[in-house]
Amino acid sequence: MALRVRQTPYGPGMLGLVVSYAVLGIWTLVVLFPLYWLFITSFKLPVQVNDGPVYLPFGDFTPSLHAWRYILVDLRNDTLRPYANTVIVGLTSSVLTLALGAAATYGLTRFNYRVRLSSVAWFMVGIAIAIGAVRLGLPWPLAVASGLAVFVLLRLAMPRRGDATGRALTNADIAFWMISQRMLPPVAVVIPIYILFQRLGMLDTRAALVVSYVAANLPIAVWLLRDYFRTIPLELEESAAIDGATRYQILWSIVLPLALPGLVATFLFIFVLAWNEYLLALFLSSANAQTMPLLVAAQNATRGPQWWYMSVLILLMIGPVIAMAIALERFIARGLLLGAVRG
Amino acid sequence: MRDGRWPTTVQADTERAAASRGVAATLARRARLDRESVLLWADRQAGAVLVLPAVLVILALSIFPLVFSLYLSLARFQPAPGGFRIHFLGLLNYRKLLLGSEQEHFLGVLAALSPGTWVVWALLSALAVLLLARSLVSAPVTPVRVLGHAIVATAALLALWLVVRTLAHGGRPGTLVVTWIYVLAGVAVQYLIGLGLATLCAQELPGRRFFRVVFLLPMMITPVGVAYTFRMLTDTAKGPFAPIAKLFGFANVSWVNDPWGARIAVMIGDLWQWTPFMFIVLLAALESQSPEPIEAAIVDGASRWQIFWHITLPQIAPVSSTLVLIRLIEAFKIFDMPNVLTAGGPGTATESLTLHAYVLWRALDYGTSAAVAYSLLFVVTFVGIAYVRLIHRRVAEAL
Repeated sequence: MALRVRQTPYGPGMLGLVVSYAVLGIWTLVVLFPLYWLFITSFKLPVQVNDGPVYLPFGDFTPSLHAWRYILVDLRNDTLRPYANTVIVGLTSSVLTLALGAAATYGLTRFNYRVRLSSVAWFMVGIAIAIGAVRLGLPWPLAVASGLAVFVLLRLAMPRRGDATGRALTNADIAFWMISQRMLPPVAVVIPIYILFQRLGMLDTRAALVVSYVAANLPIAVWLLRDYFRTIPLELEESAAIDGATRYQILWSIVLPLALPGLVATFLFIFVLAWNEYLLALFLSSANAQTMPLLVAAQNATRGPQWWYMSVLILLMIGPVIAMAIALERFIARGLLLGAVRG
Repeated sequence: MRDGRWPTTVQADTERAAASRGVAATLARRARLDRESVLLWADRQAGAVLVLPAVLVILALSIFPLVFSLYLSLARFQPAPGGFRIHFLGLLNYRKLLLGSEQEHFLGVLAALSPGTWVVWALLSALAVLLLARSLVSAPVTPVRVLGHAIVATAALLALWLVVRTLAHGGRPGTLVVTWIYVLAGVAVQYLIGLGLATLCAQELPGRRFFRVVFLLPMMITPVGVAYTFRMLTDTAKGPFAPIAKLFGFANVSWVNDPWGARIAVMIGDLWQWTPFMFIVLLAALESQSPEPIEAAIVDGASRWQIFWHITLPQIAPVSSTLVLIRLIEAFKIFDMPNVLTAGGPGTATESLTLHAYVLWRALDYGTSAAVAYSLLFVVTFVGIAYVRLIHRRVAEAL
């Protein structure tokens, strides 16, 4: 790896060592105690929770598997369905995000784009016509098609004067535009997205969640991947091109393997975001496409908080991501840092 | 090669060779040429093919909804048979937020004016104006910069006025002020703790890797789960700290029923979850700084504190600035934690702007909900731009 991790050159003294370990130990407790509490609560009987706190399994209470049995055996399908939804939506949306993000990032780091402002203006005209057509009562596929047709016609018909001198959007503008979408609070777009999927009859489907997660996480993918793609030497690609490889072959067999650490970090990051996502799921899904965060949050509604069941669900949910985090810890630091430093 | 076109000499050679092999070969060549020309054409379009899918997805699910949302925030949305109707209202939804029935919810209740409020506001305002003035004269003064600083100063004075008046005795902060509290307090505390832990972890301690992995964990956990876990932990009757609460006579008095107690509970949950992000990035920044200046400083007999303050901190300043910007933007969107931990309560004491918009959406008031969302978007954009112009750019340039 190009960037070798260097140690800071001064070692701590004896006192510094003690203080350091004390502080780090305290924070370790702060991090692990809630997880420990979650873990033991999942083995407690309701009466053991309600009569005040007990701390040690086999010490001051006898653990029971009743909550685990209830969630995994009695409620089998009601737990498995949201779990499967979360796995499917998380994996599908992350893979798609990564694919679209990697392709776009490769384009943005290797090609020079010049989107003429006039094109953008014609595009707006096309959209305006599509919206107008919908308002006039045209069915929306027809309206979109007509808007698109007008846009294509205008672009072809209008003279391309001043190709090099006219105002145009370049790579930096496109990249900035994409990444700046991350600033957008999801709540500002969720109602139109809700109405959109309602009109398409896609509310409460996994597809709706996948599509909206891809849109929500794409800016992060582009942002994190940009620096990896910049560090890949062009010479390799050039020699492959001379050997007759197409752009797609070069991307697939040279760039992507070289960018693997970045791809892993990015995948992990957007997978965790999709896995834990709550707001969009809350708006877009109810029963069929319910994901785990919704199931966990719903535990409160029925009979007051059922801590023991809730703990089991949370543990089921955080198990896989924690395992992934431990396995891929080194990738995360590097991936986030490269993105953050030069973002 | 940057224009997306590769040299085609190799191809031309094969074609010439094929041409010398008679008629049968010519026919075969023509068939292949067609395939080749298609491939070539596809290759030449690669630039557009690669970028367009991403652009279209973002256009369809961010830009169009954003435009529609703006329109919605200026209208009343009514479900109707076979669809919906939208009545255009102009700025009435925003008027409702700032002056009308949602004012208490959005802006809060202003406390009666007292000399104390005036003094606090005047002091804070003087500080803000002083800082802005110093920032203004630190670079060549141009009309654009004067205008920018004046806008930021006005916004800061108004914001301070709102914060001071609603937080004073007898006032009640609305969702706008509560969101600011979450953002400012949260980001500052998370940064400081993250920096402290990262500094300790950057030393050559045996067992560093263990700490790094452990400290990373909270970031991976679903915010909904974190919120419930903290509800368990903060329960004064059944939580692990119940004996301590009993000792101080708080038993069965849930501190989540007190406005500030509830807000602090939300902030602790947020702190627990997001300090790891600060920690991991700052740690990586500390580990990749160049060791030469520090070695030189040690030779010159600088103390550890001097080294940290004069060498390490400036070196990690650009990363810190970007990190704070990211967390600043993300923190404004806080939703899961207050929704699950306190459901926005007691009353609306812990409601963030996103939660406010959600509550209005659930009440089928789509127009006002969109107006709240747009206010949030406006605030985030304003703060983001002001931060980049006033702080981020200078810190990044200083290196």
